[in-house]
Amino acid sequence: MTGCAMKTEKNAKRPNLAVEIAGIKLKNPVMPASGTFGYGEEYAPYIDLEQLGAIVTKGLSLNPKAGNPTPRIAETVSGMLNAIGLQNVGVDDFIKYKLPFLREVNTPVIVNFFGNTLEDYGEAAKRLADIPEVAGLELNISCPNVKQGGIVFGTDPKAASEVVNLVRKNSKKPLIVKLTPNVTDITVVARAVEEAGADAICCINTLTGMAVDVKTRKPRLANTTGGLSGPAVRPVAVRMVHQVVQAVKVPVIGVGGIVCAMDALEFLIVGATAVQVGTANFVDPRAMLNVVEGIEAFCIEEGISDIRELIGSIKL
Amino acid sequence: MKESRRMNNFKTIILSNQEISSGYYRMRILAPEFGQGARPGQFIMFRVQTSLLPLLRRPFGIFQTGFLPADCDGQPPKEYLEILYKVVGGGTTIMSGLHEGDRVEVLGPLGRGFDMGTPGTEKILVGGGIGLVPLYMLARELVKTSKVRLLMGGRRRDDIIAVTEFERLGVETYVSTEDGSLGEEGLITQVLERKLQKYPQADVYACGPMPMLEAVQQICATHKVPLQVSLEALMACGVGACLGCVVKGVGHTEQSPRYLCTCKEGPVFRAEQLDWQKMAQEDGYCEGCKS
Ligand SMILES: Cc1cc2nc3c(=O)[nH]c(=O)nc-3n(C[C@H](O)[C@H](O)[C@H](O)COP(=O)(O)OP(=O)(O)OC[C@H]3O[C@@H](n4cnc5c(N)ncnc54)[C@H](O)[C@@H]3O)c2cc1C
Ligand SMILES: Cc1cc2nc3c(=O)[nH]c(=O)nc-3n(C[C@H](O)[C@H](O)[C@H](O)COP(=O)(O)O)c2cc1C
Ligand code: FES
Repeated sequence: MTGCAMKTEKNAKRPNLAVEIAGIKLKNPVMPASGTFGYGEEYAPYIDLEQLGAIVTKGLSLNPKAGNPTPRIAETVSGMLNAIGLQNVGVDDFIKYKLPFLREVNTPVIVNFFGNTLEDYGEAAKRLADIPEVAGLELNISCPNVKQGGIVFGTDPKAASEVVNLVRKNSKKPLIVKLTPNVTDITVVARAVEEAGADAICCINTLTGMAVDVKTRKPRLANTTGGLSGPAVRPVAVRMVHQVVQAVKVPVIGVGGIVCAMDALEFLIVGATAVQVGTANFVDPRAMLNVVEGIEAFCIEEGISDIRELIGSIKL
Repeated sequence: MKESRRMNNFKTIILSNQEISSGYYRMRILAPEFGQGARPGQFIMFRVQTSLLPLLRRPFGIFQTGFLPADCDGQPPKEYLEILYKVVGGGTTIMSGLHEGDRVEVLGPLGRGFDMGTPGTEKILVGGGIGLVPLYMLARELVKTSKVRLLMGGRRRDDIIAVTEFERLGVETYVSTEDGSLGEEGLITQVLERKLQKYPQADVYACGPMPMLEAVQQICATHKVPLQVSLEALMACGVGACLGCVVKGVGHTEQSPRYLCTCKEGPVFRAEQLDWQKMAQEDGYCEGCKS
């Protein structure tokens, strides 16, 4: 793990880490992945939220959602499966009870949301459209854990394009579309959502997986299958981000298995403008701050004065 | 304020790690300023190693907190926290091989602990195996105002741990094992039934495997005495962010589900908060809790 533990030298000139995604100005390119950071408040006792590039909320739906039966999680080698089932308080309660806390935090808030139907997506986008504290929307068309949780939209370029179109019509907010890796060619959906008006693309969501308890011969998740996340998925995520960056012009947010700065740098080098950290928050609530500090240290060591010099610098 | 709050997540070292009974270990961890914030029934998320194996932290109840005496070099007393754990899988196997000075990480104290109940009324604590852990700090508090009894059950002799420490607090203890190798032969719930006939006003506190908790709940409901239980659940974050650890609350239905977060709203619940029928039905609620 030594490569991950880089410290900034004192007095060294600090590189510029600021980036912009769809008009949202981020002080650094690091933010939490939806669903792994609650509504921000949960982690406030453990890290300074103002040191993050942005805060991304748990996925919200128009109406509150109960989620799946338990067990909902299972640890696997270098990763975990989850089938939470998008349990959330709903858009209205989010605005009423969760947003006031975030209002006091000087960090842009990106709201992740999803719908069961096209209409739900449209209506949720409408309700969030005029909320000034919401810096941007992350449209989840990729949750593998609920039948109607978006994956139907995320695997079919036509359906994806339709939902992005509608949300685009209902909201002027910067629009990030989060894609699923559970497709044969991610660039097809990426191009479709770009064409439909997405300002940015975020990938990847979890990879569908399954684990079995050999003694009981039952699946380890009540939902039978779940989404795989954590370090185990990182090479797949890096590959897909690389492909998407080549295929579209809009900025891409890279996510999947990032634990330390070296991991995040892989994504930036293949062309991600920013990164999200998910499962690693559970392992260490300070993970994102370690990533920020490590990126800074790397830039200093490599004589890079602006993070943007790194983005897309892959030598093929 | 900010700095002390961030003390909740700290890197530290192991002071000692000893096998106290076959398969059961007691680990003492250096934990400055930990005790003042820790309440009986709370837990920690423990990072077994600083590497990524295992990936997730493991939840453990806080057995106790305390101070090592000041040493002769004039060093101030060192504060520690102790956990007791049973080796059940990969993570606890790695833990059992750790030594003094090894580096670990602690997140906590976490969750909602026990409510102390009415001072003066009889207190009955029911522990099943490793479920005894959160009851020790509780007993330490309760003995200040009330008569405390511990009913401790296990499969066999090896499962009965730390009972003498409760006795040193002035707690009256009763032991039962399923194979009769120590104390009374049978289930600890038989003992509870008898005690409640004798002390019908008692407050009951329980922690242990799910079948035991279900039986305890039924007995307490019949006797109409207040019961608090400490639950286990699979956890990823421990702070209410992942929603992996939920249990069904009272009134839960498919149409209007009521899930409670074990890590944040628990691990201690009042029995009437929970839907015992639905919990019993939940398939594979968590392997550890069924054993
Ligand atoms: C609030 C709380 C307090 C606990 N206090 C104690 C204690 O004081 N002493 C003690 O010995 N054990 C305690 N446990 C159970 C302990 O967390 C598990 O025994 C431990 O996580 C097993 O890890 P493993 O890697 O050895 O097992 P594995 O089976 O290899 O673990 C695989 C995964 O399942 C999880 N897991 C397995 N069993 C349990 C379980 N029973 N509860 C929760 N997660 C589980 C692990 O955390 C891990 O993510 C507590 C659990 C909770 C929720
Ligand atoms: C417990 C859990 C809950 C998640 N919930 C959501 C969600 O609500 N919406 C969403 O778009 N992605 C969700 N995800 C996916 C993550 O945002 C992320 O895309 C994925 O975990 C890969 O990143 P990681 O390997 O860094 O965790 C969730 C992941 C986990 C582990
Ligand atoms: S363990 Fe994550 S919400 Fe309880």
